[in-house]
Amino acid sequence: MQVPEVTEGFTGSVNRVTLGATKEAGGTRSSTVTVGGARNVVYGGSGDDAGEKPVIAMDVLDIRPDNWPEPLAGPYKDVLGNPAAWAKKCVEELGAELICLKFDGIHPDQGDKDANHAVQTTKDVLQAVGVPLVLWGCGNDEKDNQVMPKVSEAAKGENCLIGTVTEDNYKALTAVAIADGHNLITEAPLDINIAKQVNILVSDMGFPLERIVTFQATGALGYGIEYAYSIQERQRLAALGGDKMMAMPAICDVGYESWRAKEAKLADAPGWGDVGDRGPMWEAATAICLLQAGADIIRMRHPRAVATVKNFINQIWQGSTKTK
Amino acid sequence: MILIGERINGMFSDVKNAIAQKDKKVIQDLAKKQTEAGAAYLDVNVGTAAADQQAAMQWLVETIQETCKTPLCLDSQKPDVVKAGLKVVNAENGLILNSSPLNKKTDEEILDKYIEMAQQAGPKSSIIALTMDKNGVPQDIDTRVAIAAEVVQKAMEKGFDTQRLLIDPIALPVKVPNAQVQPGNILAAMDQIRYLADPPPHITVGLSNISQGAAERSLINRVFLAIAVSHGLDSAIADVLDENLMNILATAEMLMNKQIYSDSFLKVYTAAGKA
Repeated sequence: MQVPEVTEGFTGSVNRVTLGATKEAGGTRSSTVTVGGARNVVYGGSGDDAGEKPVIAMDVLDIRPDNWPEPLAGPYKDVLGNPAAWAKKCVEELGAELICLKFDGIHPDQGDKDANHAVQTTKDVLQAVGVPLVLWGCGNDEKDNQVMPKVSEAAKGENCLIGTVTEDNYKALTAVAIADGHNLITEAPLDINIAKQVNILVSDMGFPLERIVTFQATGALGYGIEYAYSIQERQRLAALGGDKMMAMPAICDVGYESWRAKEAKLADAPGWGDVGDRGPMWEAATAICLLQAGADIIRMRHPRAVATVKNFINQIWQGSTKTK
Repeated sequence: MILIGERINGMFSDVKNAIAQKDKKVIQDLAKKQTEAGAAYLDVNVGTAAADQQAAMQWLVETIQETCKTPLCLDSQKPDVVKAGLKVVNAENGLILNSSPLNKKTDEEILDKYIEMAQQAGPKSSIIALTMDKNGVPQDIDTRVAIAAEVVQKAMEKGFDTQRLLIDPIALPVKVPNAQVQPGNILAAMDQIRYLADPPPHITVGLSNISQGAAERSLINRVFLAIAVSHGLDSAIADVLDENLMNILATAEMLMNKQIYSDSFLKVYTAAGKA
């Protein structure tokens, strides 16, 4: 019996968002990254429906992380505490197409560094690498509102992805993102209703829907990944169903969440296998799972996990429009 | 919800006068206001008063499209009037031909003509098909469903995607003697029409008909719309300028899980329509 061809069509699609501005576009980036564009679920429809390939954003922290386990810190031991060198290593040695500069150090509990530090770090990293940047605050509303507008200004014209804004704290960063020409990350705590609400609130301020990337919060393998998976899936289906307020590409924070899991880093665990392998495997498994739910940008950390996931992306998105 | 704004219709005196006097501004204002209120399509009906209906249809279409990009819904029971509109309409972003019965005593092939016109107008063109045949408008549930089934079958035979069909089970005025059973019959018919094809055809209704001649017209329209959404109605020709009607529609669609809830669910409804 012949298998019937099922060509279920959707009316909507995920918005395409381009990050980074080259010289022609008024920035200094040597490359740009475009995500989104899917017109079906992952694996669904034809290759054309898959849209752009998902992208890995490699994490670079503004300060030397003091709690990274040896298997994760090891590959970066020469560059930790030097964000510019760290970013350069990610791009030149590890093939990163996108860097996520995470400002942990400005958090009142993690060093409480000031705006000058953040601005200088941003400038150093922009100088060191040509790929587009994600600029991610520390999560403390008051401190982020103080520092991130200055970070935004320091990267003006570079068409970065800056965040995050939440239902309770969106006005300051949304306003500067409009002024400085950046894209915006809207964050919600694994709650699709709030996710939609944040998008409505920032669009009410005049921020274009086509320049938003959503962050639904991420749970790692074993630590709530099923919630993250189902919410990513629901977001994709809403986008395909034509809901303009949910048609944004999605970003997931896999690196940080995966390496919080004790399974990823506990050295003294007989029967769990080599700790040097476990962490990268945990991170890669989490990333691949969320990619299948419809995530477009994945923040990651370990070089081996990054290589594994990149290989997966290249195989699955072979037929997509932008496969090289 | 595929919302079709009803106001550009020669049955309304402002539109009738505008057609007679070639007053473009009245028509263009109505097009703009309905678009802003959330109409995805604008119904265009010359009414019965126009001396030359074909010329009036062309004038309306051209007048609207001078200033408004919202897709149109060419509304006439006469294929020649629809055809006249087709000559000048831009169907790039969508088009609905409104409407055809299954057949007529005077024209057995009328549905074929509408399907062919839609096929020629381009891939984004749909038709509204009435659950009505040469015997007139059926009063009962079963005949409505049987006619809808024949419409779906005819579309399939002609290779016309059932998602380009909007079935209209015909809302009759509730005030007419002995017609109070009709709203219930229409809803019961909708329940079955949904299962005639997979994916299902759209179901639409000329909403304001139901309150024709009655007191509390807006209230009747609003409540019927809310109930009909729960029976699978996913399109309506309606007064989109009635803000309460739009709020009730947004709420009904949210309650039926057609739209993801957000605290601003009323506001986003019209914004989404505009987008």
